[in-house]
Amino acid sequence: MPRAANDPSFFVQIVIYGLANGAIYALIALGYTMVYGIVELINFAHGDVFTLGGFLALPLIAAFGLREDQSTGLGVYLVLLVVALIVMLLTGSLNVLIERVAYRPLRNAPRLAPLITAVGMSFILEGLMYMWQGANNVHFPDLLPSGRISLGGSASIGAKDFIVIALAVVLVVVLTTFINNSKLGKAMRATAQDRDAAQLMGVNINRTIAATFFIGAVLAGAGGMIFGLYFNTVRFDLGFQSGLFAFTAAVFGGIGNIQGAALGGLFIGMVKAFSDAYFTSQLTDVWIFSILILVLVFRPTGLLGMRVPEK
Amino acid sequence: MALLELENVDTYYGRVHALHGITLHIDEGEIVTLIGSNGAGKTTTLRTISGLTPAAKGQVRLRGKDITHVAPDEIVRLGIGHVPEGRRIFGRLTVRDNLFLGAFTRKDREGIRRDQEHVFKLFPRVKERLDQIGGTLSGGEQQMLAIGRGLMSRPRVLLLDEPSLGLAPILVDQIFDIIRDINQEGTTILLIEQNAAKALAVANRGYVLETGRIVKEGPTSTLLESPDVQKAYLGI
Repeated sequence: MPRAANDPSFFVQIVIYGLANGAIYALIALGYTMVYGIVELINFAHGDVFTLGGFLALPLIAAFGLREDQSTGLGVYLVLLVVALIVMLLTGSLNVLIERVAYRPLRNAPRLAPLITAVGMSFILEGLMYMWQGANNVHFPDLLPSGRISLGGSASIGAKDFIVIALAVVLVVVLTTFINNSKLGKAMRATAQDRDAAQLMGVNINRTIAATFFIGAVLAGAGGMIFGLYFNTVRFDLGFQSGLFAFTAAVFGGIGNIQGAALGGLFIGMVKAFSDAYFTSQLTDVWIFSILILVLVFRPTGLLGMRVPEK
Repeated sequence: MALLELENVDTYYGRVHALHGITLHIDEGEIVTLIGSNGAGKTTTLRTISGLTPAAKGQVRLRGKDITHVAPDEIVRLGIGHVPEGRRIFGRLTVRDNLFLGAFTRKDREGIRRDQEHVFKLFPRVKERLDQIGGTLSGGEQQMLAIGRGLMSRPRVLLLDEPSLGLAPILVDQIFDIIRDINQEGTTILLIEQNAAKALAVANRGYVLETGRIVKEGPTSTLLESPDVQKAYLGI
């Protein structure tokens, strides 16, 4: 046991770390859950799209001339915002392409076929990122402010923690509002529930499904870049573990349920933080996948699964 | 020129050869009914028209224009509304959102608002349930919502698949009254029914479908007098 379990400041510190971690898982889990909701496919390549978000940000940050030792001030955030938008556009477009070439041709195939294709797609992306950036950790420039605000005792919240959590909250709120109120959002929910009926309303389901993949990957791409800015390191196979954790988060919250994915992400982030801090990080995978199995066995619809009658 | 016509249509439903050389037409302003037993191909005929299960052979034409291979969402835009078998309302969405989706292809807010008022007039219960989740409605209410939603695209032709199925007798009468009202307001209707007596009473013309083939057609008065029809579908 690395630290005394009865130190309240330490406890608060771990909660903050868990929230920041969870915010990133939540961003990934949203894409899993949206895509599952609409095409009933676990898009295993999703975690790798997240990694790619981090990798794509690297050359862009360099191209805009940001350097961690000398770049300060408001201009940095403006540039980071521009970089984030480009990254999101790129990962979103890539995911649309993946859907078009790998999943759409299999839309009416037995369900195992697209699932295996998704695993293959994941390997392809990881392989390409390996070829591009190698097998080692790649340093991601530390561009966020390093200031901390004391929370009493030895606990404090870093500006980084705050930024990561706030960004995730904003993205989740924007997404939920969009899905609940916009025309495209309603088309997405209709397509998720009944594809034929949605078509009879005049919904173009190919376009709607593509939009879903786009939005999911936009969030994952943003998540990857945020991960880089927070942890200052990215690696080609990052999406494997993060992706599985985020998948667990989506299942925990109720796969197909947006709020559930956000909540599940925070929960899994918290579990990881507490396991890492109070036990040992070697056991973290065990806890998280035990949760996955328990949820699948005892409550497969998850925390906020579909509680409303189907018909 | 007929408003909607099928010529020598063959359709496969998966591997099943469901329709064999179906030829039929519907003129502007008519109510045409398609009767037949379970599995005769009634639903497949509607799915062929709306593009969900496109024809493998033959042609579907709307005002003479070939729409056989047009995508379902485009067919809605061309003026064909389809209220599918089993209602198929969006059970996790509110009644309001269901109606909103019914008008998905339209942009004229004012017209949409007026048509929604009209749906409320036809089905006051739908208005009472506006903010309820679709799945919590009773069967009859869901059917009313399904028809109302179908009207929201302001179709020229409305395809109705078993609108009376599973409803209490008093509701069945109400639904048929409303079908007549909708038709009198200028919507052409193709109606599928198990309840052949009711369907033939409300329609102008009818087709009898048996194992994917049309075996009889004509004005409903003639069909009602046909001994075959009486024996097989009217229980006389």
